Amino acid sequence: MDSSILQDLEVKACNMRQNIVRMLGEAGSGHPGGSLSAADIVAALFFKEMKLDPEKPDWPERDRFVLSKGHAAPVLYAALAEKGFFPLYELLTLRKTGSRLQGHPSMKHLPGVEMSTGSLGQGLSVANGMAIAGKLDKRNYRVYVLLGDGEIQEGQVWEAAMAAAHYKLDNLVAFLDHNGLQIDGPVSQVMSPEPVADKWRAFGWHVEEIDGHNMKEITDVLTRAREIKGKPVMVVARTVKGKGVSFMENQVGWHGNAPRAEQTDQALAELGGKADE
Amino acid sequence: MSKKIATREAYGKTLARLGAVNPDIVVLDADLSKSTKTADFAAEFPDRFFDMGVAEQNMLGTAAGLAAAGKIPFASSFAVFATGRAFEQIRNSIAYPVLNVKIAASHAGISVGEDGASHQSVEDISLMRTLPNMTVIVPADAVETEKAVESAVEIKGPVYLRLGRLGLPVLFDENYRFEVGKAVTLREGSDVTIIACGLMTGQALEAADALGGEGISARVINMHTIKPIDRNVIIKAALETGAVVTAEEHSIIGGLGSAVAEVLVQSEPVPQEMVGVRDTFGESGPPAELLQKYGLTAGDIAAAAKRALGRKKEIK
Repeated sequence: MDSSILQDLEVKACNMRQNIVRMLGEAGSGHPGGSLSAADIVAALFFKEMKLDPEKPDWPERDRFVLSKGHAAPVLYAALAEKGFFPLYELLTLRKTGSRLQGHPSMKHLPGVEMSTGSLGQGLSVANGMAIAGKLDKRNYRVYVLLGDGEIQEGQVWEAAMAAAHYKLDNLVAFLDHNGLQIDGPVSQVMSPEPVADKWRAFGWHVEEIDGHNMKEITDVLTRAREIKGKPVMVVARTVKGKGVSFMENQVGWHGNAPRAEQTDQALAELGGKADE
Repeated sequence: MSKKIATREAYGKTLARLGAVNPDIVVLDADLSKSTKTADFAAEFPDRFFDMGVAEQNMLGTAAGLAAAGKIPFASSFAVFATGRAFEQIRNSIAYPVLNVKIAASHAGISVGEDGASHQSVEDISLMRTLPNMTVIVPADAVETEKAVESAVEIKGPVYLRLGRLGLPVLFDENYRFEVGKAVTLREGSDVTIIACGLMTGQALEAADALGGEGISARVINMHTIKPIDRNVIIKAALETGAVVTAEEHSIIGGLGSAVAEVLVQSEPVPQEMVGVRDTFGESGPPAELLQKYGLTAGDIAAAAKRALGRKKEIK
């Protein structure tokens, strides 16, 4: 692939990370860790992989993205704003009364949000329904869903995993943002889901394992996923919680705490952005 | 009329009929299609029927995704599992985003019979009507079920249809006018009003006959839509008869009785008696015996009507 495309995607991901930090700093609450860990995957989806038209958010042929780990709303909002679904300045209304940018994504509030999420474990089932509808209608759209590695402790995820394989949903690609941390501590200590890749394979999925911050690996796996027939695809993406902000990386305390003003400035400096951009 | 038809049977037949005229209708079930009667649809339209296995939470979530993509999904299971086990999926994935999912649950109430308390839902009306954006319909017979299913397709948003296992007398004919949110006054009366839903509507008519024999004029209202509830007809009944009895095959906590009481206390408070399951679980037994044991008969309604009348006189 043309290296300039990868560089452009990396710039998009960096812009999104800056905006994640800005909006959380302004909001004073929210979830930076899991938003930053997913930024490269979401950038690749929104700026290379998916067919989307911000002017026609309900276009029937569009690809769908379901953010099952809804607490990472900032990464979705950053992508939607960057893509042109709404003005960038609206990001600073996150979590404020009357805002379209609810603490967890609401499809009734904001164009481009495909599903209201926030209660963990529900997004894959919904993505399955969208994928089944696509096959029924003989449409070519594809459905992408992003799950957290703590989230897959929910039983409903495995009901949905079984169903996606049973109905051979090869128009569905799931990403596991495997950053290894959840609110109460390391996922491996709270309630280990390992061996994660083997579990999804055993449920009948085609499984790929990648570095979730390597843009070439992300884009390559999406290309390969299009060739997989008769099975849904799970991409287990090894990621770093808080990626890109030194003091947030791999720190469980940054799951659900917003940066204070000076922390916001430091984070933006590391990400090469300014607070007032 | 002698022939009895369960509302679940009318549901299955109606679904299969509507499937032919509306290609957007899809149906999901959780391994109970022969009992919920969605098997009727599955036989006609196998490509639009999805058995989700014994996994109700995923079924409701999948229905949400189908609705988000423009389909009109009907998701069926027993009422306990559809509304109880998957409650939070219905709340967050269906009601909050106002998705066009129809939850049609059978085996509601203790008339499930021999399967016992684990399968006898007496909480589902309460659970569903507490959710914003949810329409709640409890048909009283096969004809009303047919019209309710047709109406559910027309509504753009989530609907809960409460269906039963037990065969019921057919109360209405094809000319019966059904409109969601508009209660039907089946019998005029001036002393007391009986407001009923589901299989208790038939019992209410019998109770009114018995009361008439004792010189008591009882109005009978079929409140097929619990939400949005018909406030006007309740207030009018309170003003004109001064006493109300509610009758439902459901807990008296949170169901039809509560919904009517919420209207009355905020408008025209009058004595109200509630016939329903009194904060208890059911048990195994033949449906008719259970209805008797748990106080869900015409006789129980008539007795409640007299209590309400007595309280009305005390107030005067």
